[in-house]
Amino acid sequence: MDSDLLLPRPEGLYCPAGDFFIDPMQPVARAVVTHAHGDHARSGSGLYHVAAAGEGLMRERLGAASVVHAHDWREAFDLGDTRVSFHPSGHILGAAQIRIEGCGKVAVVSGDYKRDPDPTCAPFEPVPCDVFVTESTFGLPIYRWPSMRQVVDEILGWVDECAARGVAAVLFCYALGKAQRLLAELATRSERAVHLHGAMLRLVALYREAGVHMLPTVPVSESARGKDFAGELVMAPPSAAGSPWMRRFGKASTGFASGWMQVRGARRRRGYDRGFVVSDHADWPGLLRSVADCGAKRIYVTHGDGEVLIRHLREHGREAFPLRSLGGQMPDLRSSEEGD
Amino acid sequence: MRRFATLFEALDRTASTAAKRDAMAAYFAEARPEDAAWAVYVLGGGKLKRTATSTELRLALAAETGYADWLIDESYQHVGDLAETVALMLPESEAAEGDTPLHVWMEARLPSLSRLESAERVEILREWWRPLPREQVFLVNKLLTGSLRVGVSHRLVVQALAQWAALPSDLMAHRLSGTWKPSAAAFLALAEPERADEHAGERPYPFFLASPLEQEVTALGAVDEWLAEWKWDGIRAQLMRRAGGAVLWSRGEERLDGRFPEIELAAIDLPEGCVVDGEILAWMLDEDHPLPFAALQKRIGKLKPGAKLLADTPVRLMTYDLLEWEGQDLRERPLVERRAQLAALIEGRGPTLMLSPSVATPTWDALAAVRGESRERRTEGLMLKKLDSPYRVGRKRGDWWKWKVDPYTVDAVLLYAQPGHGRRSGLFTDYTFGVWDGEKLVPVAKAYSGLDDSEIGRLDRWIRAHTIERFGPVRSVEPTHVFELAFEAIQASGRHKAGVAVRFPRILRWRTDLSIHDADKLDDLRRLASG
Repeated sequence: MDSDLLLPRPEGLYCPAGDFFIDPMQPVARAVVTHAHGDHARSGSGLYHVAAAGEGLMRERLGAASVVHAHDWREAFDLGDTRVSFHPSGHILGAAQIRIEGCGKVAVVSGDYKRDPDPTCAPFEPVPCDVFVTESTFGLPIYRWPSMRQVVDEILGWVDECAARGVAAVLFCYALGKAQRLLAELATRSERAVHLHGAMLRLVALYREAGVHMLPTVPVSESARGKDFAGELVMAPPSAAGSPWMRRFGKASTGFASGWMQVRGARRRRGYDRGFVVSDHADWPGLLRSVADCGAKRIYVTHGDGEVLIRHLREHGREAFPLRSLGGQMPDLRSSEEGD
Repeated sequence: MRRFATLFEALDRTASTAAKRDAMAAYFAEARPEDAAWAVYVLGGGKLKRTATSTELRLALAAETGYADWLIDESYQHVGDLAETVALMLPESEAAEGDTPLHVWMEARLPSLSRLESAERVEILREWWRPLPREQVFLVNKLLTGSLRVGVSHRLVVQALAQWAALPSDLMAHRLSGTWKPSAAAFLALAEPERADEHAGERPYPFFLASPLEQEVTALGAVDEWLAEWKWDGIRAQLMRRAGGAVLWSRGEERLDGRFPEIELAAIDLPEGCVVDGEILAWMLDEDHPLPFAALQKRIGKLKPGAKLLADTPVRLMTYDLLEWEGQDLRERPLVERRAQLAALIEGRGPTLMLSPSVATPTWDALAAVRGESRERRTEGLMLKKLDSPYRVGRKRGDWWKWKVDPYTVDAVLLYAQPGHGRRSGLFTDYTFGVWDGEKLVPVAKAYSGLDDSEIGRLDRWIRAHTIERFGPVRSVEPTHVFELAFEAIQASGRHKAGVAVRFPRILRWRTDLSIHDADKLDDLRRLASG
């Protein structure tokens, strides 16, 4: 039974042998956290173990009062009867897979991850293991990400079109991770400053402090009233779409950067003018490759409709199960529309 | 094809009708006429006779990718569109070869499939796909299997053509109506200067469409400026009696030759050079009211109805406007004049050609009271037409209003859900609802629309978390949620498990205030159906 190392509980994924929780949603005594997104890092727990590369973001998310132990990549430390270490997952700055050694085997909880290059974080590192826990946010073969070069071409082309039409180009994307990745990728092709929504400022500053090179940015709030944003690129979180905040741009073209934009129906439903396919999660080939790379005997799948990935892996001779099959219960926080 | 793919992308990317019109007009000016002609055809909703089945597309996809059938099905359920599923699953094309023009696809390549065996079709599809970029794979599959649907109406295509040719859009609509066959010559002819005899020939006039009355009826002004008629629930049609015979056209601008022989026969008695607008209805001899729409549906699909069907379900044309008389276009004349001429033409001709009776209009209140009789008369409500109005083109607001009766409503329980298509792909948006038959809930209606996006999202999450069983794409859910449904008509049906069939069901409200035990009973619906 693998439930000696991993047991779903209402608070989050529990490691009985090490007596700690991974990404707990409720306060617990000891938490090991994969990365700083809100559906993984929640404040209120007694003690946090995090990867050093993400420490700044974690402290921002968890609050200054939280007790945070930061660990270098691959530095092993003891928790209960287990040895634990962090390994890059390539998802966002500081995002980690958690390796747990105990009960005579090795389990890796990969958290959220991707295999595509990302200038803002260390690349995914395959960690040999017996038990591999994988996400499957985009667990269908229709999801294959285009190259970032192509996406950047599309975004720059769109900004040019907007300039020709005399409107602002407002690009919606997740404020942590996606925004900084786009700013870093755009910096290889452009020098023009990008205007930022307030919700992104602090996070972009934290990435700069961590040494990530990005395009210069200007807070929208610091622009003079009545500024003409025609032809300018503005970045904002999706929650700003349709809000009064948008009024200052007058007529604007809107875009959305997300893996979900791969499907035409999803693009049209969202009502954005443009969809750009860029995700910080693994696409279908990325999921399969990671499962193969780690060489695990047993695969546990979490997030969304993992059933397709599980069946596919089984047909290809792997032992794959839903994470919840380990017993206990854990709320599935994702719906088909969240995450990207 | 590359230029057309660029146009398609531009149309797909914007919700602005002005931007779409501009994009099309620019395309018409740039593209070669033999390709532009086909663009007009497919954007206007035209499609080719289907030459490959969706099974063949799936087989070709499976052969090309090596993916299991179930994995292709799961992907299709998620995407909601087979053409797109194929485009997303195929490996990236290696080399972009030369560009195959749209007209070659439409005139040679796609039709050529029909001469092949199924297995050969599968092989050809694979060969076609391999060198194509993803967006063209999608388009080819779309053209092969159905219509494009890119948020462009026939009317918008007409407007774009009018803009490109610098001609009035009603003239363009007229030139395109009927059996317009795409070719370079036909496309270039669209842009020719207006001729004096434009309205002659066999083409129908563009239909004038009524708009739903959303304001208070009294806001229409003086009641005596309006003609009231029943709103008939049939097939809108134009009957053209010209030298050489009579032709019946549907509103979809399709010739109905041979489908309604009784009307064609009666029309031969009309004088040459007249065109009548009206509604085809199923109607038994010696009955006061038409048969329900479902009876007419038996006739709609039949190209050559047999003797038994003709006897069981005879049809009539309820005429309500006269567009041409003695070869003259009457559309600019006021309705009151056209109608007087129509009455003189139709009255006393016997049952197959009827004159739509006017409903007396002493006051708006009196009219509202009469509207209450609509259902008993098997009509959908009233039509209000301005007496001094011309016969316009398309859906122009102001002169013709449809004043429908309020729909029936029922409180029903969500029983099954399946993912939607197009804009709603990947979300559970196609719902089946049931009512109580004793202790059991039996399905009575399917509905797709009526919830807003946030409600759809909430319900989608709930459905995923409360699925009892899966049957392919369909999931049964725990009976929990009650919805108020509206529908236009209800009738007994042997084909439906519940014994009743409802027409145009849609969701009015999510009744979070009701428990499933408050939902309606099948007996109540049966009573409505028999009443």
